[in-house]
Amino acid sequence: MRFLSWAYLGLMFLFILLPVLALVAFSFQDGRLPVPPLKGVTLEWYAKVLADRDLMAALWHSFLVAFGSSAMALLLGFLAASGLARAVLPGSALMRGLLIAPLTVSYLIIALGLLQVFNATGVRPSLFATGIGHVVINLPLCFSIIYAAMGEHQRSALRAARDLGAREWQVLALVSAPTLAPALAAAFFLSVTFSWDEFIIAFLLTRFEVTLPVEIWSMLRSGLSPATNAIGSLVFLVSVAILLALEFTLFRKSRP
Amino acid sequence: MSIERIERRQGAALVAPAMLWTLAFFLLPFLAMIWMSLSHLEGREVVSGPGLENYQRIFTDPSLRRGIWVSLQISAVVTVISVILAWPLAWIIATRVPEKWRRLALLLAVLPFWTSYVVRSYSWALVLGENGLIMQSLIGAGLLEAPIQIMATRSATIIGFVHFFTMLLTLTIYSNLVQLPPNYARAAEDLGASRWQVIRLVILPLTLPGMVTGAFLTFVLCIGDYITPQILGGNSELTLPQLIMLQLGRRGDYPMASALAVVLMVLVTLAYAACARWLRMERV
Repeated sequence: MRFLSWAYLGLMFLFILLPVLALVAFSFQDGRLPVPPLKGVTLEWYAKVLADRDLMAALWHSFLVAFGSSAMALLLGFLAASGLARAVLPGSALMRGLLIAPLTVSYLIIALGLLQVFNATGVRPSLFATGIGHVVINLPLCFSIIYAAMGEHQRSALRAARDLGAREWQVLALVSAPTLAPALAAAFFLSVTFSWDEFIIAFLLTRFEVTLPVEIWSMLRSGLSPATNAIGSLVFLVSVAILLALEFTLFRKSRP
Repeated sequence: MSIERIERRQGAALVAPAMLWTLAFFLLPFLAMIWMSLSHLEGREVVSGPGLENYQRIFTDPSLRRGIWVSLQISAVVTVISVILAWPLAWIIATRVPEKWRRLALLLAVLPFWTSYVVRSYSWALVLGENGLIMQSLIGAGLLEAPIQIMATRSATIIGFVHFFTMLLTLTIYSNLVQLPPNYARAAEDLGASRWQVIRLVILPLTLPGMVTGAFLTFVLCIGDYITPQILGGNSELTLPQLIMLQLGRRGDYPMASALAVVLMVLVTLAYAACARWLRMERV
């Protein structure tokens, strides 16, 4: 049983990590194809990728969309959660349901609907349009994470602050936001990772200025290349960095 | 004014922006898409509905019907294989790995989960190709004489999916396992159950919520995904999302794309209805 357990663990780790290991290993390939045998180690492909203007532009676009849309989703989610947590509003169950509803619909469907409305209203495909789509997918996430972190004590603290003469924006910015900091950070970084990685909405709602996943997608059409491995490895690195940031903020939350 | 009334008014003002956003950019597009699915294309013009032409075509056109069937088959197979692979993995990490290493083991077991989806599919193309790592190793070890074609077949799609969803399920099942009080297993052992019986009769049923939640997510994300079948499965057989993208791209047939999207949504809703009894999202 003991031996079986370790063998299974080893095999599964191999299965899970194999593609990533191959991706990173062959990004150093000294040759034109990222397949065995490994002919030698070179950083040429990284240099090529970092000098590629289209890719670097896409990288910048992805940053813009990820941080912009996540900030917007966080703000809207925070305000909505504060509103719904402070008072029993008429129809608040319905509002909560509607705010969370986009979580249950696949991205392809959200993209398709937005594409049609944008076509009909003359909004051109752009990074801005993509950003709107990313707020739609991340708002439910931000809202539910922040809403779950608000408790009854939150409401009393807010009332106390208001009784002591704080204005509405002061209550939100100086009392509510700091006490919710871990939840806000978790919601923000999670949104950034989802937006950063999102493909289908960006694919359908951009045209000339594209995000990184869409640019990588168009690189795939020319077949396997160590350059794709190199940019893939860089993306992997960024994701792991964000994951560690997330882990750190969530970790802090679990320790009082 | 009473404090409740003030709070209510302020509350409404705070919820308003998010509600407006959701109404304008989620509900409205959603309804527009359903309306579009009831219209149809004549030549290159969209003729406004309501009519059921698209739905009639979906259920009579063999290639469209086949797409739905292929998607259902792939999603079902992927879900079953992923659950079978993930359960023991989650269990080993939760109970066999020393506590000191547990967090690290879990992190490693789901590390590629956080990498770019497109890149992950590409990595499998790299490994599974005719000159890829797996074929080269098998031939090098003398186990194979010539490469077998895996890329651009359904197997490649399934392998890519299973890889991703095994990680997802490991997470949901693990978080279920660590919430179980250890006393249950001890009590069963005291009452004479063998170790295997403890797992099969006590632990396994108690992880049902985690399993069903993970399986539901797997099915839903799998059936709605375009990237993995497109990169790994190629055009050998088309899944539902591939058909939707095909309608959009080559034909500009928005009504048909919308109708297929509605079908996709109905399938997801049916899956939800089937698992609703065990789904407790908030526990994961």
